[in-house]
Amino acid sequence: MLLIECPWCGPRDESEFSYGGEAHIVRPPEPDRLTDEEWADYLFMRKNPRGRHLEQWCHAHGCRQWFNAERDTVTSEIVRIYRVE
Amino acid sequence: MKRYSVFALARNALRFGPGWPALWRSPDPKASYDAVIVGGGGHGLATACYLASEHGITNVAVLEKGWIGGGNTGRNTTIVRSNYLWDDAAALYEKSLQLFEGLSQALNFNVMFSQRGVFNLGHSVHEMRDIARRVNANRLNGIDGRLVGADELARLLPILNVSARGRYPVLGASFQPRGGVARHDAVAWGLARAADARGVDIIQNCEVTGIRRERGRVAGVETTRGYIRARKVGLVAAGHSSVLASMADVRLPIESHPLQALVSEPMKPVLDTVVMSNAVHAYISQSDKGELVVGAGIDSWNGYGQRGSFGTVEGALAAIVEMFPIFSRVRMLRHWAGIVDTTPDACPIIGETPVRGLFVNCGWGTGGFKATPGSGWVLAHTMATGEPHPLNAPFALNRFVTGRLVDEHGAAGVAH
Amino acid sequence: MSISQPFRLVGGGRIDRRRRVDFRFNGLRFEGYRGDTLASALLANGVRTVGRSIKYHRPRGFVGSGAEEPNGIFTVRHTGVEGSTIPHAPGTVVELVEGLEAHAVNGWPSLRFDFAGGLQWLGGMLSAGFYYKTFMWPRAAWHWYEWAIRRMAGNGRAPDGPDPDRYDKRNAFCDVLVVGGGPAGLAASLAAARAGARVILADDQPELGGSLLGARRQLGGKPAFAWVANCAAALADEPEVTVLSRTTAFGFYDHGFVAALERCTDHLPPPRRRGPRERVWRIRARRVVLAAGATERPLVFENNDRPGIMLAGAAAAYVNRYGVAPGRRAVVFTNNDSAWRAALDLVEAKIEVAAIVDVRPEPGGALAARAEAAGIPVLAGHAVVDTQGRNALRRVRAARLDGSGARNLDCDLLAVSGGWNPNLHLHAQSGGRPRFDETRGCFLPGPPVQAETGAGACRGTFRLDACVREGAQAGREAALAAGFRDVGVISAPSTDEEGTTDPDPAWAVHSRRPRPRRAFVDFQNDATAADLALAVREGFESIEHIKRYTLLGFGTDQGKTGNVNGMALAAGALGRSPAQVGTTTFRPPYTPVTFGAAAGLATGELHDPLRVTPMHEWHEAQGAVFEPVGQWLRPWYFPKPGEEMRAAVARECLAAREGVGLFDASTLGKIDLQGPDAAVFLDRIYTNDWSSLAIGRCRYGLMLGEDGMVMDDGVTARLGEHHYLMTTTTGGAAHVLGWLERWRQTEWPELRVRFTSVTDQWATIGVAGPRSRDLVASLCEEIDLGPESFRFMEFREGVFAGVPCRIFRISFTGELSFEINVPADYGRYAWDRIVERTEEFSITPYGTETMHVLRAEKGFIVVGQETDGSVTPVDLGMEWILSKKKDFIGRRSLARSDCRRPDRRRLVGLAAADPNEVLPEGAQLVDEPFTFLPVPMVGYVTSSYWSPNLGRSIALALVAGGRDRSRVFAALEDGRFVPVDVVSPVFLDPRGERQRG
Repeated sequence: MLLIECPWCGPRDESEFSYGGEAHIVRPPEPDRLTDEEWADYLFMRKNPRGRHLEQWCHAHGCRQWFNAERDTVTSEIVRIYRVE
Repeated sequence: MKRYSVFALARNALRFGPGWPALWRSPDPKASYDAVIVGGGGHGLATACYLASEHGITNVAVLEKGWIGGGNTGRNTTIVRSNYLWDDAAALYEKSLQLFEGLSQALNFNVMFSQRGVFNLGHSVHEMRDIARRVNANRLNGIDGRLVGADELARLLPILNVSARGRYPVLGASFQPRGGVARHDAVAWGLARAADARGVDIIQNCEVTGIRRERGRVAGVETTRGYIRARKVGLVAAGHSSVLASMADVRLPIESHPLQALVSEPMKPVLDTVVMSNAVHAYISQSDKGELVVGAGIDSWNGYGQRGSFGTVEGALAAIVEMFPIFSRVRMLRHWAGIVDTTPDACPIIGETPVRGLFVNCGWGTGGFKATPGSGWVLAHTMATGEPHPLNAPFALNRFVTGRLVDEHGAAGVAH
Repeated sequence: MSISQPFRLVGGGRIDRRRRVDFRFNGLRFEGYRGDTLASALLANGVRTVGRSIKYHRPRGFVGSGAEEPNGIFTVRHTGVEGSTIPHAPGTVVELVEGLEAHAVNGWPSLRFDFAGGLQWLGGMLSAGFYYKTFMWPRAAWHWYEWAIRRMAGNGRAPDGPDPDRYDKRNAFCDVLVVGGGPAGLAASLAAARAGARVILADDQPELGGSLLGARRQLGGKPAFAWVANCAAALADEPEVTVLSRTTAFGFYDHGFVAALERCTDHLPPPRRRGPRERVWRIRARRVVLAAGATERPLVFENNDRPGIMLAGAAAAYVNRYGVAPGRRAVVFTNNDSAWRAALDLVEAKIEVAAIVDVRPEPGGALAARAEAAGIPVLAGHAVVDTQGRNALRRVRAARLDGSGARNLDCDLLAVSGGWNPNLHLHAQSGGRPRFDETRGCFLPGPPVQAETGAGACRGTFRLDACVREGAQAGREAALAAGFRDVGVISAPSTDEEGTTDPDPAWAVHSRRPRPRRAFVDFQNDATAADLALAVREGFESIEHIKRYTLLGFGTDQGKTGNVNGMALAAGALGRSPAQVGTTTFRPPYTPVTFGAAAGLATGELHDPLRVTPMHEWHEAQGAVFEPVGQWLRPWYFPKPGEEMRAAVARECLAAREGVGLFDASTLGKIDLQGPDAAVFLDRIYTNDWSSLAIGRCRYGLMLGEDGMVMDDGVTARLGEHHYLMTTTTGGAAHVLGWLERWRQTEWPELRVRFTSVTDQWATIGVAGPRSRDLVASLCEEIDLGPESFRFMEFREGVFAGVPCRIFRISFTGELSFEINVPADYGRYAWDRIVERTEEFSITPYGTETMHVLRAEKGFIVVGQETDGSVTPVDLGMEWILSKKKDFIGRRSLARSDCRRPDRRRLVGLAAADPNEVLPEGAQLVDEPFTFLPVPMVGYVTSSYWSPNLGRSIALALVAGGRDRSRVFAALEDGRFVPVDVVSPVFLDPRGERQRG
């Protein structure tokens, strides 16, 4: 049961949030120029690290804002929360 | 290998025998093997076992960073079934179920495969339509199964709440009579004993820390117990597949999530089958010891900590009490989590990676236990021959490039 | 001494001797007192054998006096309370109440004579893991072996009816959570409270005091209980302190989240029970002080499991707390000083102590003098090596450690102490790693991982005054760390403490018998020292393996008494130290948690939110049959009295194409989009072109996932220059809103567009059929509804029946049709105005089933029915909706090789050769009937209905190659193969003249 600090609303229980997976995956600006392999990499391949993970969260049952978190996937410790851009 | 039987037990009890030998040796790793399996869970041990027994490749090591069977093999809810929707998935799981049916005898180790049947409940017209689709597909694929209506379900499972008043009324179910449960530890130990008897080295407390490559092909693995050369390396470490693959710069479409499960205090028999529900997301059976074994959902976030998350457990138990009101006063004895590899299509990835000689077997999500022998069977074939077995050809890593996914959660829901 | 309670002491104890309580055990009536547990009351009545062990069915009695109890397990219920069965309750924690009925969980036909007791003579065959080695022949027979094994296994019986009680949950927040109300916990709570912190103290007993409840101790020169009472009173005066008694903190999760179970009513007689039976506290704490105490461990020797052999601390607790003599003549067997104190307590209560047997050559420390003064014989350097007694203990055999000097001692109580194990469960659950301490002979907490501190016995501090000091210090530091003022060092009372609990390691004591078989380590699972040795011999090296193979610690006590002994014995067999072997994982919960309590109120109607539309009550009054769709309850069909579903649906279908069909479409998701970049945004999200859509017009849109698969669909209208209203599927509304927000916020933050869910703000009434225009016109005068002025796929704002409205001329039925949106609060009002005109316009309400038939007649898809996450727009024959002029989400994926495969499954219509045959939905389609298994499948039926408008059955299907096939066979569950023609999915009005009319 994580305690996540929404940058707008403050610390809230995990149950108020939805998870968005790995952060900073940028949608390719010109998908047609990508090979199928490169497209698959964008679409499906994930770092999935054991340790520090940059990830997206949304305060879905609150302010509905997306933000980023750096979290340790082993200890669940949230190292920092930062806004999208 | 000393054969097990009731007579051997009696002889041993009366001290006529020399006592039971170790189930497997604990050798030091050799400098080189023909094949190395990374991961001493059921899938890895089955792979090693079948490499030796089916392909004559006995110079094999299984490297386990902790103790064998200590990952998801020892943390799951032990359900075995093969009633999957798509032909490719159904064929693979059916092969595994068939191997399970003879596994105790093949291994001379009682894995207690109990074919007590598996019900998958439907709670809406929409779900019943999907269940019908799946049952029809199963029957045409030669897999046993039938649709059960709410009335028959009430007769077969009198403790199930089928009243229309429930928030999610039970409209019916699919039933696979040959499905059931097995003793998870016994599967790992039986496979380890059989593999060891055929010459496989099972090396525990040996963590792989690196994968060496030479000219695009695998050369060996660095471990906490030294470098081990091998021309063929199979990564069979559910939960940690991404971590291992990244050692060889292989990217995988996998995210690791904690999957929650729990057991109750042991009781006299009260539930003789396996009941699964997708809509309320819980599944339940009763172990031979008498505990209710309950599977819950996964935590939504990536996680490698094998800790239970109470919120997920609360949700699962609400669903169980909703389905089985008489279990309300039963008590949860312990809960825990395993780390499951989830893929975009809820199907595994089995085959060679872009690094030649480096194979992966991962992505089983929440449903890997049932595939234990089948998964080992096809990976052993793939590693021995260099070509995929027809059963795992559809599950190559390349499907994420071509788009030929085998989407099992789209239609069939839970993949437990 | 009362006749009915022959083992009740004359005085003492914290029981209320004025309140007698009647209860039953195995059908016999007994009497105890308020304040007793079931265990203390049974012992007071001289009941010593309370169960049979699970494997060998050996008679067993109480070992402990609290949550650690491995043997005394009962199925309990309350007379006259239906469904009150608790399958599996340790008698040591069940508070005695009037009408309690307890049954031993094993033993047939009776506890004294159990047929299965003969199993122990097969002990050699039933060694650890024996079941893995047999029951394999013949192959099919496991079914029968299992049947028998299951009946032997298990303990309690499941309840046989629904639970009469309800359960509750509470979320709580505090600065300092203190777990345990013993000396350390009380001191910690007071110190934290005095610093101003908000404190929750959770304690599992009915009253505060912890270990002091069961011991006769002095603090500050007075009975320790006076100090406890002072602390309790002081805490009650602190406004920011919440004391939770009968509350077990059972799990320590991430980020300071601790779950605790409060037992609210089980200790009350049924007529006095009010409110929830149990309550789960979900506590988020800034700091946690763990003062959970320690659990005594037994010693391992031959036949150490007979009724009458119990932990020394438990024996003292029965005397001191309950005024019960656990025996008449005791022997104390120990390796540390704590049991000496128990021996003195027994003597104080006039119970004869035949001897203190201590493995240490010079035992007892300062307590030795007091023991001598009390006249207790001492056998130093000795051990109990065996015991005798058929159903309960009669005699023990003691000998020197080298086996010499053996002698028998008659006794009916053997109080044992093998040292103390700090209760590390919560520490370990929080991420801590316990480490073995050789001096203290136990595992201690490792460095904290979360904001947690240990205090007192649970971190290996056993001296009473040290526990109080340490608790006060922990409370002070916790408050300080939580941002409160420093209250300084708190003085703690001194104590009469004498002696040490540091044990001499004596993990197992062996007699000179060659292979002791009945030296039990885990009583509940009948795991013996021999089993552990066998496991090691069979190659199991990890403690987790040994645990799983021998079932050590797998019981309902979770190995609270047996685990550390087992680990140490396994370490010995492996030639390693306990530190090298380590502990098994401490999994939550600390003590078992009721399923119903974990479920809380989320059962029945409250299991999941239920959503209904503003017109729901009208539907109910009309006798509608409902269908759950996501969280919504929607009318499925509206049967007339006595009408079957098929007839009702046929009537509704015809009415909608001949008169006016009335449909509640309020559940459709509605999202309001506003901003200058809304059109650009829609262009990226939808597959088709949106920039060109004129104000006042609507367009159908399809959304794909980035994988190219159909995700959702709906009609979106352009309300103004920068203002759109999007509709989504009923089930997809929340997901789509999240999807829009995600792309806008994380990928295109530069786009100026905002989204608001307005699903609940608008009621949507659909009217369809040739006369629908006349109906709407009769209620809506200022909008010109003429076919040329209000054309298909347009919308108008105005007033409908006096209510502001938005009317969309769109159609999901293929009929002339209008969707009237009014503010939700007017939904029922507007609906009623329409219903009033039923006769005038021959209006028929219809439900989702008719909606499905009507749309299927037109070949319109339903996302989630014609699609399953593996279907592209091309598969659906909807190439026309894919813009070639722009990029959109999912477009690139459609270019992958598999998405361009010619043999992909495509949407088609099906017409069964027999027009009366309605194919079952989900039927698989094959090319050739009656072939060998597996039969190759070429597709399946996605939707299938009887179409009253066409007078025949119709179906939609996904079929490989689509219309390239002309005939397939539907394989039915009854074994039939039904010939089916592959046709166009549009069965009715292919040119769309009706909806444009």
